[in-house]
Amino acid sequence: MRLRLMRRGPPLLEGEGQGEVCAPSGEDAKRPNDGAVHREPLPRPVIGWIPDRLSPTLQASGKGRRRPGDPSGEVPHLTPTLYVQERGHARGLLASVAFAVSAVAAEIPPGERRSGFDAMAPETRAMQEDDTSNPGMLWVQDGAELWARAPSADKPACAGCHGAAEAGMRGVAARYPAFDARSARPMDLQGRINTCRREHQGAEPLALEGRDLLSLAAYVANQSRGLAVAPPADPRLDPARAQGRALFTARMGQLGLSCAACHDDNHGRRLGSATIPQGHPTGYPLYRLEWQGLGSLGRRLRNCMTGMRAEPFAAGDPEAIALEAYLMQRAAPLLIETPAVRP
Amino acid sequence: MARTLISVPKTAKAGDIVTIKVLISHPMETGFRPGHDGRILPRDIITEFTCRFDGEEVFRAELFPATSANPYLTFTTRATKSGTLSFTWRGDNGFDQTETAAIQVT
Repeated sequence: MRLRLMRRGPPLLEGEGQGEVCAPSGEDAKRPNDGAVHREPLPRPVIGWIPDRLSPTLQASGKGRRRPGDPSGEVPHLTPTLYVQERGHARGLLASVAFAVSAVAAEIPPGERRSGFDAMAPETRAMQEDDTSNPGMLWVQDGAELWARAPSADKPACAGCHGAAEAGMRGVAARYPAFDARSARPMDLQGRINTCRREHQGAEPLALEGRDLLSLAAYVANQSRGLAVAPPADPRLDPARAQGRALFTARMGQLGLSCAACHDDNHGRRLGSATIPQGHPTGYPLYRLEWQGLGSLGRRLRNCMTGMRAEPFAAGDPEAIALEAYLMQRAAPLLIETPAVRP
Repeated sequence: MARTLISVPKTAKAGDIVTIKVLISHPMETGFRPGHDGRILPRDIITEFTCRFDGEEVFRAELFPATSANPYLTFTTRATKSGTLSFTWRGDNGFDQTETAAIQVT
C-alpha cells in the first residue's frame, strides 16, 4: 500500500484543511451502548503528533529524528509518535498505545451496528428528525425542482423517464454503490446521476460537491429514508469491496492511523471532546453543522484523511467508491437517514 | 428567492400558545473570512427578521455576523383569531424576502 503523504486533486472545500483527528468538533453526547463491547481498560487517549521541532522531549529521546537515509530537504521526517494525556496531565510518551498499534480489528457484528445519530446531542437529533428544522431539506427541495426540470427543451427531465421519485427512486440509495455494466466499474449515486445526465439528457455532468448534484443526490436518497441499507449481492462488486476493506484497515498518512483504528477499535470513545462514531455512511449527503452546508461522503472522507495527515482521495476517485462500497456493506442493516444532520 | 422552511400549526384553539419555526437558506458570510484567493469575502448577512400577524408585528430579531448559515429561528405567539402570518427577512445587498402562512383559530 502506497503511503499517502502529499495532497493531490482539487482544492479543498472550506473546513477541509483542518482534519478532525486532532481537531474534533464539540459533540458531547454519551453513547447509549457504551461498554457493550468489552475492551482493555485504557486511559482515554488524546492522540496527537508532535513535530520534532516542537518537542524537546522527543528530540532527547531520539524519536522523531530524521532517518539517516532521509534527504535533509524541506520535508521533515515525521514519526508517528503518540502521546497520551489523561485528565489534562501529560503522562509522558507512549510508543505503544493500543489505539494506534492494534492489529486489524474484527468487524462490528450487524447487531451492534449503530448510526452516528444515536451518539448525537438531543438537540441535534431533534434538528434532524423535524423536516422543518433540518436544513438538509433545503437541498432536498432544490433537488425536487431539478428532478422535474428538463436540462434543455428537447431532452427529458429526470421525471420524464423515471416518473415520480417517490415511487421510482424508493430504495435506490439503499443499494448504491452498484456495478455499472457499461463502464464495468462500481458507481456511486452521484456518478449515476451524472452518467444519466450525459447519456440520456445530453447535458454536461454536474460539478462534484456542487449544489445541484448534492441537491439531486439528497432528493433521490431522501426517497429511501427509513429503509435498511441493502448492498446488492452482485459478485462483480466483490473486488471493490475487498479493496475498500483493505483501504479501511490500511495505515496511512503521517499519523500511521487507519480508518479501523478509530471506527472499528475505538468507536464510542472520545477523540478530544467528540464521540467517535462507528462510521456508517447512512445519511449522505448530510448537513454538517461544522460545514454549515450539505456535503457528500467523499467530502467527509477527505476531511478524515486530512486529519490523519494522509493524502485525501480526489472527488470521484475509484478508491473512494471502493471504500464506499465496503462501508455500505459494513453499515447494513442500518436505516438510510438522508439528509442527516451531524455536528 | 431563497428557499425557506416554515412550520406553523394549521389550526389552533383561541388562547393557545403556538410555536413557529422558520429557516431560510442564506450563506451568512461574516465579512471576516478570507476566500480561496486570500482576499476578505464581503459581508453578506441577514440583519433583520420580522414576523407580523395581519400587519401587526409579533416578533422581531436582529441578526449579526456570528449567526450561522441558514439561520433557524423559533418563537411562540398566542393565537387569538384566524389570519395570516408574514415573515420578512432583510439583509445586506438589498436582501428582502417575505413569506406567508395562514393559521386557522377555532
